[in-house]
Amino acid sequence: MTEYTPKQGLMKPNLDVGIVGYGAYVPRYRIPAKEISKMWTGGVGGVPIQEKAVNGLDEDVITMSIEAARNTLDRARIDPRQIRAVWVGSESHPYAVKPSSATVAEAIGAVPNTQAADWEFACKAGTEAMQAAIAFVGSGMAQYALSIGMDTAQGRPGDALEYTAAAGGAAVLIGPAAEAVAVINGSYSFVTDTPDFWRRAHANYPSHGDRFTGEPAYFKHVMGAAEALMEALDRTSADYDWAVFHQPNAKFPQRVAKQLGFKPEQIAPGLLSPRIGNTYSGSTMIGLTAILDIAEPGDRILMVSYGSGAGSDAFDLRVTDKIEEVRDRATTTETYISRRTEIDYATYSRFRDKLKMS
Amino acid sequence: MEVSRNWRLQEQRYKLVGETCDSCGVKLFPPRDVCLECEAPAYELFTFTGLGEVFSYTTIYDAPAGFENTAPYTVALVKLAEGPLVTAQLTDIDQEDVHIGMPVEMVTRKLRADGPEGMIVYGYKFRPSVETAVA
Ligand SMILES: [Zn+2]
Repeated sequence: MTEYTPKQGLMKPNLDVGIVGYGAYVPRYRIPAKEISKMWTGGVGGVPIQEKAVNGLDEDVITMSIEAARNTLDRARIDPRQIRAVWVGSESHPYAVKPSSATVAEAIGAVPNTQAADWEFACKAGTEAMQAAIAFVGSGMAQYALSIGMDTAQGRPGDALEYTAAAGGAAVLIGPAAEAVAVINGSYSFVTDTPDFWRRAHANYPSHGDRFTGEPAYFKHVMGAAEALMEALDRTSADYDWAVFHQPNAKFPQRVAKQLGFKPEQIAPGLLSPRIGNTYSGSTMIGLTAILDIAEPGDRILMVSYGSGAGSDAFDLRVTDKIEEVRDRATTTETYISRRTEIDYATYSRFRDKLKMS
Repeated sequence: MEVSRNWRLQEQRYKLVGETCDSCGVKLFPPRDVCLECEAPAYELFTFTGLGEVFSYTTIYDAPAGFENTAPYTVALVKLAEGPLVTAQLTDIDQEDVHIGMPVEMVTRKLRADGPEGMIVYGYKFRPSVETAVA
């Protein structure tokens, strides 16, 4: 067998493609992590983030995806009937059988001449839909394809995940590079069978294999995808202005950035987990929207997702001149984060129980 | 029966699609195929911007079946920027902050769910605009 190199694993379509519109969504409610630790440990010990975003009783992955998609179309200003795929990546689809994507497609006016599907792969369901959208547009099959990463994540009461499992996400419209606010130079995926986190079909809450959550899961896959993509494109961490990594807490993305040679200021604008928590499928993508909100033409961005089970998708992007006219056409990610109504643990559990019933 | 009725109303509920009168240009919501001003036929579809202001409002404490989960909640008569008045629930707001003349925008939310096994019905509600909620 001949030697295998990262260059052979680089994914690049025939036609040049990019992000022609993007949009975020974060619900208004926040529960501080201290409020959760007061409940379970009397407030003793550290907490993994400051606070997390919680969806209201009338919100779910479908309604949140619709708002992120509308923001995306406000920025892209295209006819939604030109969209050939509406894809929603999530692990909290409201229905077990009935696609979230079809309702989103209907609400934004993309029906009936469109593909629609729901994607799953723990927290990287949104970025794998992005890669598929790159292929749809990059092959010439479609002019535009919409990919969404959105979750209303739940942790078992008292479990470590309860501190971080949050609600939010983002949408990205892939289209021709000539119309893009950020051109996508290539992507790379790194996947192995790793038992770090799972949820069986009828279980309300996920389980996790404690020994597997750090090094053999998150770090191995994020580093694997990031290093291979940079090698394949002959880049180093110094070539990037910004980087964004999946954010299960505040610590992991900062540590992986350091190990890959990135400085704290390169990841600062996309590091949202301290203020909104882990938005699962939304996490990496909403970090990207926060970067696009402040990026300058010519800036280079590295984006790496992570999904338990396990795998990472890495993307290399370059921001274009179009970003300046497009970004103010919709609500910025920072504005959604600043819109904040604090709730206590009693209100939070009332929300959660009612959501489980409906 | 109920499922098919909800399905027929999807277009107006998800997207606030109404009609515009060919003769006098008046915008209609909900769609009624006849102009309220000049009685001419009005079949041309029109998608509203979703912007408007609170015209009047009331708080519901004793909610009908399917809506118990979110009670108490506020129902408002919203005057759309294009003219028509629409009755809808307000969301993302504390009841004491609602006032007449308040600028609002349309969002698509869960209206109700028919128990744990039935359909979830989605449709328009109104909320204070995100930009003003932050300011
Ligand atoms: Zn008329």
